[in-house]
Amino acid sequence: MSAFRLLVQRDLRLALRQGGDAAMVVGFFVLATILFPFGVGPEPELLARIAAGILWVTALLAALLSLERLFQADWEDGSLEALSLMPLPLEAQVLAKCLAHWLVTGLPLSATAPLLALLLQLDAAGYKVLVASLLLGTPTLSLIGAVGAALSLGARRGGVLLSLLMLPLYIPVLIFGVGAIEASIGGFGVGPHLLLLGALLAGALPLAPLAAAAALRQALE
Amino acid sequence: MNLHRFANPARFMRLSSALLPWCGAGAAALIGIGLYLALFIAPPDYQQGEAVRIMFVHVPAAWMASLVYALMALASAIALIWRHPLADIAALSAAPLGAGFTLLCLVTGSLWGERMWGTWWVWDARLTSVLVLFFLYLGYLALVNAFDEPGRGARAGAILALVGIVNLPIIKFSVDWWNTLHQPASVFRLGGPTIDASMLWPLAIMVLGFMLFFATLLLVRMRTTLIEAKIRVLLLSEIERHAAASPRQAVAS
Repeated sequence: MSAFRLLVQRDLRLALRQGGDAAMVVGFFVLATILFPFGVGPEPELLARIAAGILWVTALLAALLSLERLFQADWEDGSLEALSLMPLPLEAQVLAKCLAHWLVTGLPLSATAPLLALLLQLDAAGYKVLVASLLLGTPTLSLIGAVGAALSLGARRGGVLLSLLMLPLYIPVLIFGVGAIEASIGGFGVGPHLLLLGALLAGALPLAPLAAAAALRQALE
Repeated sequence: MNLHRFANPARFMRLSSALLPWCGAGAAALIGIGLYLALFIAPPDYQQGEAVRIMFVHVPAAWMASLVYALMALASAIALIWRHPLADIAALSAAPLGAGFTLLCLVTGSLWGERMWGTWWVWDARLTSVLVLFFLYLGYLALVNAFDEPGRGARAGAILALVGIVNLPIIKFSVDWWNTLHQPASVFRLGGPTIDASMLWPLAIMVLGFMLFFATLLLVRMRTTLIEAKIRVLLLSEIERHAAASPRQAVAS
């Protein structure tokens, strides 16, 4: 367990010292969201109608943007090979890296979202569910993303490839995330949507590290 | 189960060269008969009119699209677990064919939608699922071809195919949840099919024809891959032989 904590701390420290990651993700989230009113027009009713979708889609793209760096730096400087010799199983290491990745991307995204929702005139009923759905959904994005990041290690055109691999797999999270917010605005129960988001997370939690570790092993072969 | 009996490429080449003409002739005959029945014999639908004939290509293509993905995932699992060399080749050879069937399904569906719904594209549940499946195929193909070392691409693709097959039901379910206005499935359901025998027969023949067509192309593609590998080995040994005979010349060239 202490090895797990050390790994999380190491990744967090690296992310914070290098500075760029969390700021870049949140920056992209803010900029992309702000572009929408210019694209679709400033009518409050229209913005309120599509706010949930805009926020979730841009948050998803922002999370996608940071995925490439999940294993890339460690793979290039060889520390991934050193890490794979640790007694801690590779699956647990993937989990630690996902946790660190979520802390510097998913968490700040969830924290920024209400502010942007204000700009997009999101209905007052939706704020709590917006944060809740992002908190439940973004860990799943990090976990599934780890599989893609591990698979595309050392590939040509890694970034575009990663988006192509990940977008189909992200669709369920997007559907239930937006569904929860729209249900709360419409006055319906949000329980089913949030439970399904939780189910996706509960499924991804054991399965994604397994697949990602298998992918890392064959990248290290 | 002794899979390694079939792992021998030489045995596969013998077996496939015997099977290939039968598969090819069967596919041509069945698709020919099926198309004739579908286009000339089957009656027009009382609601859909002549446009229903698109369904005789659309439905088999849709079934093949998911069937090929399942086969690809199965071959990938065999390749990962038993390191079966032919399974890798089978998965790699099946992927472009599956993507082709998926594209055919999307195009024919779009043509049918234009006649029936008055629009080329509707974001309904089944269309959207097939579109997502198409992107899964494209992702697989992009990943497999993204590495300089071919073995690496095959192994990465195998893992991706398994991740995809686990996710497909979830995607299907979520997309169904998201939206549906498509007509419910009408061939396979409890209480027998709801389509008339005059239309069911051409459809069944077309499905069989598509399967044999796929088998034929798959065998051809697998054989080509094996032959390519053999040619590469022969060329390399030729170069080595030349290099051994006249070392200086080989270095100069």
